[in-house]
Amino acid sequence: MNYGIVSQEQLEQIDTILSDKLIKLGVNCVIIIDMAGNIITAKDNGESKYDVYSFAALAAGNFATVDAMAKLVGEAEFSLLFHKGQESNIHFSKIDDELLLISMFGKEISLGFLRLNVVEAIEQIRKVWEGSNG
Amino acid sequence: MSFINLKDKVVQVKIVYYGPGRCGKTTNLEYINRKFRDQIQSEMVSLKTHGDRTLFFDFLPFDMGQIKGYDIKIQLYTVPGQVKYNATRKLVLKGVDGVVFVADAMEKQREKNIRSLNQLHENLQDYKESIFKIPLVIQYNKVDLKDHGVPILPTAVLRNDLNSRLKVPDCEASAITGYNVAATLKKIISSTVVSIQKKLL
Repeated sequence: MNYGIVSQEQLEQIDTILSDKLIKLGVNCVIIIDMAGNIITAKDNGESKYDVYSFAALAAGNFATVDAMAKLVGEAEFSLLFHKGQESNIHFSKIDDELLLISMFGKEISLGFLRLNVVEAIEQIRKVWEGSNG
Repeated sequence: MSFINLKDKVVQVKIVYYGPGRCGKTTNLEYINRKFRDQIQSEMVSLKTHGDRTLFFDFLPFDMGQIKGYDIKIQLYTVPGQVKYNATRKLVLKGVDGVVFVADAMEKQREKNIRSLNQLHENLQDYKESIFKIPLVIQYNKVDLKDHGVPILPTAVLRNDLNSRLKVPDCEASAITGYNVAATLKKIISSTVVSIQKKLL
């Protein structure tokens, strides 16, 4: 899959999906990154100001590390990667072999509800991707 | 692979500083972080052990300005140099666009430089990249140690060991004093940007 260049139209569609499915739900910030640590797109609720570039580099490293650990214990992958804090939480989800969706959210959203919406968002994003890259 | 965002007109370029343990990869980034503070919007991220050795990587995002209306965001990474950390070194190399190989000019490090360069070659092959094709700059670091009576290898020997086949741009440097740190960075940025342009045309 050629993900090196994404068209403006694709990005706009993906941004709309992220806004409708996750930001409207109350998620503070959503980032799509590739496994090399590049940001594909980032959306936030207008209040949270994260250093998304450093975040992407660390998140890609973190995901790759967890993936390598999964292989060491004989798992193909760990399907749930989630960090829980006092005020904020981070959820990682794989879109495909090259892309990750990261959601940062507060305590007002339950993990289960978030996961349901993440799954739907990812399905829609995959369609946008496949539509033009086939 | 560099990532190009056509909507926001941003190009993200990944440059990795590679080399044997304690050769000065992190010191290069620390100098850049101090010297070009006004072009760097965030803090340098360093994942290190208690003994101040790099455990995973250092990360420094760096704004280079615009080329043809596109914002060029250079992402500088280092790898952990210690021999045992090859798995993490490989992870950091994923999607790399350009490499700076930092060699340690100290006489006693001669073999470690060669081993590290060979491993870079193998690690790139795992990502279907070639050390002969990827933008690469070699830096012979720690030349300042000569003034302190530490035996260092002449540049001709280092060049013969490391750059006789690759024939890439190289230079002497001293990351601790800043000598040729910016020059190394400029060289790798220009060859990486040219290579990305070629791929796109």
